Amino acid sequence: MRYAMAVDTKKCVGCCDCVVACQTENYVPIGFCRDWVVEVTDGTYPTLELELRSERCNHCANSPCVRCCPTGASHYEKGGIVVVTHNKCIGCGACITSCPYDARYSHPDGYVDKCTFCLHRVEKGLKPACVAACPTKCMYFGDLDDSKSPVSVVLKNRKYKTLIPEAGTKPQLYFLI
Amino acid sequence: MREEIIVSGRMNPNIDPYLNIWHWQIPLYLFLGGLAAGILFFAALFYLRGKENEYRAAVKIAPMIVPVLLILGLFALFLDLKHKAHFWQLYTVIRLQSPMSWGAWTLMIITPLSFIWAALHIKEVFPKWEWKYQWLKDLETFFQKYKKLIAWLMAIYSVILGVYTGILFSAFNARPLWNTSILGPLFLVSGLSTGAATAILFSKNHEERKTFARIDLLLIAIELFLIVHMFMGFLASTQVQIDAANLFLGGPYTAPFWMLVVAMGLILPAILEALELIKFKIPVYIPAILVLFGGIMMRFILAYAGQMSRWLY
Repeated sequence: MRYAMAVDTKKCVGCCDCVVACQTENYVPIGFCRDWVVEVTDGTYPTLELELRSERCNHCANSPCVRCCPTGASHYEKGGIVVVTHNKCIGCGACITSCPYDARYSHPDGYVDKCTFCLHRVEKGLKPACVAACPTKCMYFGDLDDSKSPVSVVLKNRKYKTLIPEAGTKPQLYFLI
Repeated sequence: MREEIIVSGRMNPNIDPYLNIWHWQIPLYLFLGGLAAGILFFAALFYLRGKENEYRAAVKIAPMIVPVLLILGLFALFLDLKHKAHFWQLYTVIRLQSPMSWGAWTLMIITPLSFIWAALHIKEVFPKWEWKYQWLKDLETFFQKYKKLIAWLMAIYSVILGVYTGILFSAFNARPLWNTSILGPLFLVSGLSTGAATAILFSKNHEERKTFARIDLLLIAIELFLIVHMFMGFLASTQVQIDAANLFLGGPYTAPFWMLVVAMGLILPAILEALELIKFKIPVYIPAILVLFGGIMMRFILAYAGQMSRWLY
């Protein structure tokens, strides 16, 4: 099993519903977020291109954060989801420093926190909160090993990219282009 | 032109506009750890060569401060932790892939060694010292028997400690400035150099000071060589590492790095030590203090600059 997410940059309107849905679902403290929206403007006027990306932890298959964690608090869960065990985390910050996507933050309670692909919802067969809340339905979630899962289907039919694959982390967050 | 805006506002002051998670505690610890490694290495080296009486400051006096340095360093590390009550989790597991785990276990071994070494020599440094309890005396006689083994362990673990202070940074591919394997040897050599400078500071013997001035000169030359190679490597590498090098070649860290680290911390003390060796009268503590100053500045500047360097996407 390999959980992954695809985000359609053509459908995303940058409303940030995914951000608020995540903050609400996961009790993210005020002033922090586990996902965020990036707007990229490329080109010179008048030939401009706009790309909107809902970004979060890439749940890399070769995670530098799991590698550098001195206590094993950062680890792979079922389906390759990268999760932090709160009471094992010492808050040293190594994983925050090791992440090329800057996807982790230091929770005010001391431990390091990040996107979990809403593991607690996924285990019940629900979609992650951000995917469920998206008003344009631009996000797809599922198991890459299952050829009929929404994410497998959309990746078969569309062009996509990942963010900085040259960092060697094997990211599992795909952006449809 | 390419412009990237975070629309949602990833409102994390520790990450935007650039990563800001490791503060003064980490570079201070890296300096103290490197210094402790340097002092212990020379103490073990000259003891094992049977020169403990010629090199009294290096073998006996300077190691007195190592337990203090290590405890201060560990305390700085502890202050850096944000989930402090859980620090003991470090010692529930050995994770070979994590430099920090290596470091935690190395410290677990070398800190007691440094205490034992200081205890074995405390009577010679402070002649009035008396152990209060019999069991402490027994312990001293016990360790006295294994002094050679302790010296060997100290020599090996001080090198591991010295290299690890650099590897801690270089293992992070996400921070291009740190992601160079030269950082391991660079921090080791810098640590040894500060250790030699401390031996010079504590020594009252002219011959010993001269030997350490020579050692220090050689170490400074190696350090300069490694720094040049580090920048050559960066400039021949990918765009992110070229950008990282440019933080020091015209960017915000240009003046602090080349002035405080290279000029004041390496070249100036090297010139002063060289002049002293060819019989000019220069107070020895000036180059020694400059070397220590250069060592601490190098770690602070690399720690802060490294967190400014990142991948672009």
